Amino acid sequence: MTNLNNSDANPVHHEPHESVYDGLLVNDAHWAFGTDFEDPLAGVDTTVPDGVDPAELATYCVMLADDALIASQRLSQWCSRAPDLEEDIALSNIALDLLGQARLLYARAAAADPSIVPAMPEGSPVPPEDALAFFRGDQEFRNVRLVEVENGDFAETTARLLIFSTFRLAILERLTASPDAVLSAVAAKGVKELTYHRDFAGRWFLTLAQGTDESRRRLLTALEGLWSLKSELFEPHAVEASVGVDPSSVADEVDLILEQVFAMSGVPRPEVLPLAGIQRRKGRDGLHTEALSKLLAELQVVARAHPMGQW
Amino acid sequence: MEALERARAVAATVTDPEMPMLTLADLGVLRDVAVGADGRLVVSITPTYSGCPAMATMRDDLVHRLQASGFDDITVKVSLHPAWTSDWITQRGRNALAEHGISPPGVAPSGPVLLSLLPIRREVSCPRCQSDDVSLTSEFGSTACKAMYQCRACLEPFDHVKEI
Repeated sequence: MTNLNNSDANPVHHEPHESVYDGLLVNDAHWAFGTDFEDPLAGVDTTVPDGVDPAELATYCVMLADDALIASQRLSQWCSRAPDLEEDIALSNIALDLLGQARLLYARAAAADPSIVPAMPEGSPVPPEDALAFFRGDQEFRNVRLVEVENGDFAETTARLLIFSTFRLAILERLTASPDAVLSAVAAKGVKELTYHRDFAGRWFLTLAQGTDESRRRLLTALEGLWSLKSELFEPHAVEASVGVDPSSVADEVDLILEQVFAMSGVPRPEVLPLAGIQRRKGRDGLHTEALSKLLAELQVVARAHPMGQW
Repeated sequence: MEALERARAVAATVTDPEMPMLTLADLGVLRDVAVGADGRLVVSITPTYSGCPAMATMRDDLVHRLQASGFDDITVKVSLHPAWTSDWITQRGRNALAEHGISPPGVAPSGPVLLSLLPIRREVSCPRCQSDDVSLTSEFGSTACKAMYQCRACLEPFDHVKEI
């Protein structure tokens, strides 16, 4: 018998300390996430080229960034909920790529035209990219409505990702020739990432279509439901047509690729009328479905409660 | 420019936070070490993927290592163009990856982007037993730059650095 001979109920000896995390917090650089914000365009020449209107360039970058941010937030909602671990990781990876694109594009917008950034309280440490993501209301978001609607099931997420990534890849491929060197570089990087996203969605589309009766039924239902939001992608907003890529110019190419996937999957092209706007205003004009307000409430609540917060 | 040579040598020793068997130089992320007009050291790095969460850590590691070697005025800037490609991983980097059980990338694709509905065919062999009989588990892995494979011969699951 060992007599611990310890009056303390706990036989394990502890050195006195302030917090169990003390030792972990000595060097912030151990943490890849959340220690500080780095300007994603640090040192990059952000001079707006001659002949490009800075305000229009900024608005266009916000449109592209909003698409990416909202799509990323929706995909992130799958984290820990996907059908299996591999798909969970895949969706999170895709979300991360899109979040990265959003950061670069918000930073580019803010550098082109600082007046586009929401005003923050004096001395607030919130960087411009965060002010744009967290401190704008739903009517200031310029994303297409396709990316904001609820996730639905895995089939719906797959169908949406196929449509969205096919569209975005076509746009970014053309933007590599943008007169704005920053936008062109962001696009060139994005093309490499979107290639993987589109293939991922296309393969799952095929798998679900040719899988079980239930997976096929769900996929067809999902596609039918999302199709009304597709034509909006190709309706040019004045800003897109002037400083970016006119989205109507990629409609045929996107359709061709979607037809390719449908043909291989044995899925008929849906015949659904487009979802109308209100007085012709849609996502790019700041007119959204209720789903965006709820998404933003969750995305923004903490940041908005702490406009002076240092993360 | 002896100091510049020394700074380059120091920067070249800094490793990747997520794949510490690789230096940032061997990964192709360290693009340049130069002295600016104002005399300060300017180090350029490029992200592997747009959302790479390790950029801040890379910057901090570079600054700390260079400061420890006597350089005190350091700017780390982002280089976006040209976009990082896995082709920039050096032969030494590829060897280091393989030695640590990570399959190095093949040649990055170029030309028009084609839709591929079948699994990507790569010349991948198991970094553990060198068998070519491997299967793709997922195009997305523990970090943005890797895909997951499993060896059918020795059953080892392993990462493969994707070609981009």
